[in-house]
Amino acid sequence: MSSPAVATSLPDKRAKPKARLSGAPIRRLLAPAVIFLLVWMIVPLVMTLYYAFRRYNLMMPEITGFAGITNFKLMFTDPTFWDSLINTLILVGASLMITVTVGLGLAILFNRTFVGRGVARTLAIAPFFVMPVVTGLIWKNMLFHPVYGLLAWVFRHLGLNPIDWLAQYPMLSIIIMVSWEWIPFALLILLTGLQSLPEDQIEAVRLDGANKWQEFRHIVVPHLGQVLYVVVMLESIFFLTSFAEIYTTTSGGPGTATTNLPYYIYQSAFFQYDIGISSAAAIGAVILANIFSIFLIRFVAGNLNAGSRR
Amino acid sequence: MKDKSIGDTLLTALAYFVALVMFFPILWMLLTAFKTEQNAFTIDPHFLFVPTLDSFRVALEQGSGYLHYALNSVVSAVVSTLVGLLLAIPAAYAMAFFPTKRTDFTLVWMVSTKFIPAVGVLIPIYLVYKQLGLLDNLAGLTLLFTAMNMPLLVWMVYSYFKDIPKDLVEAADIDGASTLQTMRKVILPLALPGIASAGLLALILAWNESFWSLTMTDHRAATLAVYIASFKSAEGLFWAKMSAASVLTVAPIIVLGWFAQRQMVRGLTFGAVK
Repeated sequence: MSSPAVATSLPDKRAKPKARLSGAPIRRLLAPAVIFLLVWMIVPLVMTLYYAFRRYNLMMPEITGFAGITNFKLMFTDPTFWDSLINTLILVGASLMITVTVGLGLAILFNRTFVGRGVARTLAIAPFFVMPVVTGLIWKNMLFHPVYGLLAWVFRHLGLNPIDWLAQYPMLSIIIMVSWEWIPFALLILLTGLQSLPEDQIEAVRLDGANKWQEFRHIVVPHLGQVLYVVVMLESIFFLTSFAEIYTTTSGGPGTATTNLPYYIYQSAFFQYDIGISSAAAIGAVILANIFSIFLIRFVAGNLNAGSRR
Repeated sequence: MKDKSIGDTLLTALAYFVALVMFFPILWMLLTAFKTEQNAFTIDPHFLFVPTLDSFRVALEQGSGYLHYALNSVVSAVVSTLVGLLLAIPAAYAMAFFPTKRTDFTLVWMVSTKFIPAVGVLIPIYLVYKQLGLLDNLAGLTLLFTAMNMPLLVWMVYSYFKDIPKDLVEAADIDGASTLQTMRKVILPLALPGIASAGLLALILAWNESFWSLTMTDHRAATLAVYIASFKSAEGLFWAKMSAASVLTVAPIIVLGWFAQRQMVRGLTFGAVK
């Protein structure tokens, strides 16, 4: 598992069953799912690539034809695109740092045995199951509102000036909301990782007189490394595509302060009707997501192999 | 533990405190849902108040259309999950019990489609749906949910099938059972708990989905996500009603989610963390 194999060159180490069933009947079982995914995911992806090189604006249907790299040129000279790219990276980076550190802290906190642990953990992970649209509206109105929001009330009581969160710190507000939703995810997965720690090894280093820090450094960190890797990769892909939290709160604003790549694509397709440019940006988003998913997929494929060796 | 130190007690207190902080926005939404509109929109928040069901009544009354959106949410989530399972189970069955040289590649390819960002396929799907009259159409939306959850379903059902000894399939084979019979009578009963938890996870994800609902539907096929999002311009007028509608939308999923915790880790990490 330490050196995951490349997905496409997996050797088949499984013993083949001596079943009669092979060839056509098997393909018939597999085909519906494969065809469905081809039609709904791969064909559209290829079409997006095609549109990215076409002149295609819904408002000007008479202009068509091959556009070469014009769409990409226009996109790269559009300051909003660069803003959205930078915003995407800030949103992903900051949310990652917050969710992973807080999630890890909470996982360690909840890995101890104490009365009512189940209830406390259950309450802590609840935000993950809240619909993102609801998250956006609850935070925007009842918590972030500069006058009637709960945070404004808290600030006033602390003798501070209430903050108009979404106007003054729009990106930070989005990061707070996204982190609130995803800390539970990091917590849950890291906690699962902690609970599968090699107990015998910990016991052994304790007998050798290792202190808590050494135990953490030499046993917990290496074991958790893999789990952290998976959390970071998965969250990156999900954070890259954040949409509902922005849609319901800032609509990408003020200005372009919270316009991320998905929102930029949404706007250029649905408000500027420019299929060409939005497709070019969509290809950009796919490439960005691929940077993370290639590593993740290799990891999954490596696990697959390790599993079959058992 | 016999000798509990002060540090231990403090850590426990901290765990409770953090849990409450994380849960607080949900609790606040719950409290607001039981307030009158005047009570919900005040400079100094009311923590103690006479609870009322008015907002729920308003949220559910005929004119609000809540039930229309709720029905769309239920139908799209349930049907997309069932169709997904119907496609995923045979595929997982073939890959788990009759692997060929290409099986690993097929499985990894299916998982990898999960990592294509939705915006990467949004525009062609929108344009084709428009051509086919599938915009704002519940069947169209449901099929998108199916596509979205398919990699997860295939993966999860596959991993549960892998836990079943292959001998069982071979034995049934020797007894002359057909593929369908073996699948239905031998494998499915054994894998049923796993299949149920995979379905539960797909149901939760479809219910909470908002990107496709917001972009592909308007009213006729719109789900609760679209309905709740329509409160975004409400500026303090309907906080209690918004909270009541949100509570009705979120509560069932939070409850289901609590049951699905462990399966969720297994499913969402594609077996990388167990």
